[in-house]
Amino acid sequence: MPKRVISPIRMLGHRVIESLWRMGVAARFFALILMRSGACVRRPHLVIREVFSTGVLSLIIIIVSGMFVGMVLGLQGYDTLQTYGSEEALGVLVALSLVRELGPVVAALLFASRAGSAITAEIGLMRATEQIEAMQMMAVDPIARVVAPRFWGGLISMPLLAAMFSAMGIFGGYLVGVVLIGVDDGSFWSQMQAAVDFGDDILQGVIKSVVFGVAVTTIALFEGFDAPPTAEGVSRATTRTVVTSSLAILALDFILTAVMFRGL
Amino acid sequence: MERTTLDLWVGLFVAAGLAALIFLALKVGNLGDFNNAETYAVEAHFDNIGGLKPRAPVKSAGVVVGRVGTITFDPELFEAVVQLDLDSRYKFPTDSTAAIMTSGLLGEQYIALDAGGEETMLKAGGHLDLTQGAVVLEQLIGQFLFNKNDDGKTDAATPLKGEIK
Amino acid sequence: MSEPLVEIRDLSFGYGSRPILKGINLTAGRGQVIAIMGSSGCGKTTLLRLIGGALRPTQGSIRVDGLSVPDLKQRALFDLRKRMGMLFQFGALFTDMTVFDNVAFQLREHTDLPEAIIRDLVLMKLHAVGLRGAADLLPSELSGGMARRVALARAIALDPMLIMYDEPFAGLDPISLGVTGNMIRRLTDALGMTSLVVTHDVQESLKIVDYVYFVSNGVIEAEGTPAEIRASGLPFVHQFVHGEEEGPVPFHYPAVDLGVDLGVDLGVARGEKHA
Repeated sequence: MPKRVISPIRMLGHRVIESLWRMGVAARFFALILMRSGACVRRPHLVIREVFSTGVLSLIIIIVSGMFVGMVLGLQGYDTLQTYGSEEALGVLVALSLVRELGPVVAALLFASRAGSAITAEIGLMRATEQIEAMQMMAVDPIARVVAPRFWGGLISMPLLAAMFSAMGIFGGYLVGVVLIGVDDGSFWSQMQAAVDFGDDILQGVIKSVVFGVAVTTIALFEGFDAPPTAEGVSRATTRTVVTSSLAILALDFILTAVMFRGL
Repeated sequence: MERTTLDLWVGLFVAAGLAALIFLALKVGNLGDFNNAETYAVEAHFDNIGGLKPRAPVKSAGVVVGRVGTITFDPELFEAVVQLDLDSRYKFPTDSTAAIMTSGLLGEQYIALDAGGEETMLKAGGHLDLTQGAVVLEQLIGQFLFNKNDDGKTDAATPLKGEIK
Repeated sequence: MSEPLVEIRDLSFGYGSRPILKGINLTAGRGQVIAIMGSSGCGKTTLLRLIGGALRPTQGSIRVDGLSVPDLKQRALFDLRKRMGMLFQFGALFTDMTVFDNVAFQLREHTDLPEAIIRDLVLMKLHAVGLRGAADLLPSELSGGMARRVALARAIALDPMLIMYDEPFAGLDPISLGVTGNMIRRLTDALGMTSLVVTHDVQESLKIVDYVYFVSNGVIEAEGTPAEIRASGLPFVHQFVHGEEEGPVPFHYPAVDLGVDLGVDLGVARGEKHA
């Protein structure tokens, strides 16, 4: 009887300790990345390669999803605004929801599942096939040569992707609202411009996307580096990357919104 | 992939990303129209600012001529002190009137600046004496009902009377 | 030059409480090809990692070219590793780079040589392993034997003084086997390096090596020149060289009696059947 009570509690304790320990290791890993980023400055081409694989290769999914999200916002927003007779505010609705929230968050979620999982799988497989160890035996630091360029590449790509997502979304909203439904072109843009503030809205959206970029790439790199060097280990790590970074994005989004917009 | 094609793609990608950012800043946001212009600050006291927010527009004849800066409370006069950052291209007489208005029925609040007739112009740090606070909807409705009630005393047949009592 | 390149004294190592190596003594002179043999999972690869400084011994000393490997700081260790090559079991080629870039990797990381010279050096190394024509292929387009030869070209890119081979013969067809074996010998002689070959392929390695160490259960069971080994009367060596199932190396991993595991008394069962 006491064993039935104690063992779940012990399991819980074990889980908590283990996840705290992992967070500590991940933080140390993050610090290590920053400390060993010298090679990225000296050899920018290493980073450019990673901007290609994280950024350019994520372009299509970002552009297409951005368009669709914007178009849906246009349709739904028009429906609601029409009830209050203020269809002209459609531009404001579309732009603010994209620039403040949907742009950074949805782009980061897509980035996590497209680029983050690829990073984890790649690094995990490099470890499983002894490539990381081979690099170490060749006196090359894998953190500096493999991990740091991917970190900076992701960090550069993420805000650009989020900006493209928002821009495409606004374009999609414009297509549905103005071109298809016939909201007045002038008031669509002018109301938007009057309501969207560069410092309050756009800049904070960019800050969000940079923070998400740091979180997703760090999680993806850590999971890849930490994965057991087996097929099962790598596949689990890839799943964990997507789950953990999605949760991290949403949690961070709440914290950032609270801090920046409400000034908590 | 060839290094040069890779460079080209990354270059295109970064250019497109920056273009999107500039589009957001200029076309979607308000960076283009005002932010970088020189401004001068003047102060105005209001008995009630309603829902006025910092960075709300200051309009004269419907044209945006400035933005609301800081909003503070004066503990001696028990009034709101609003700092207006006006575009230095536009000068206003010292006896101009500042009124807090609402765009549309439910829209955001802004300050309407009505130019006066004085010869001297407002300078940085100047003070607007003629102000009109925000009209609070609840007060307005209350006043309306109050007046109706007064009417009701003279005309007992009004149906409103029973409802209010 | 009389001092041996690799000298290991009284080396012990274990993961946690499980000992892997116990009191190993090993010497590799310059210009020699040394084989470390033993059954699978006896700690041979661990030994290479200890020499490369990837693991720290619990006890004993490892000296490479006069330097004590476990005591080296990160930078000094990396400097030493630049003079070592290691060939991993499956090549461990960088899968996102071409064969050429794989071989050029260390040259680009550790030297400031102009691209033209790197190109010449890489093509020479690839020529030495007979794969100059495959320079533009990706590792995924190579066969196992070719991948291992590319890995060898990569390992000798900086003309190291020591190369460690982890199972260079595993999974090769007889032709590749012979080619790889001869190549190890030839490169060792031509470049004046020392080779440490970890293998369980007795016949192939006895043809090319100067000296053999047999490792079993974490200790060195036997050592000697190939001729001595062939003539050895030790039961362990005899079993290993001739690939016999019965001998001091058990086929079964230590376990309780099968009958206990199955819950029946096998002896009784057999007895009844016979009766």
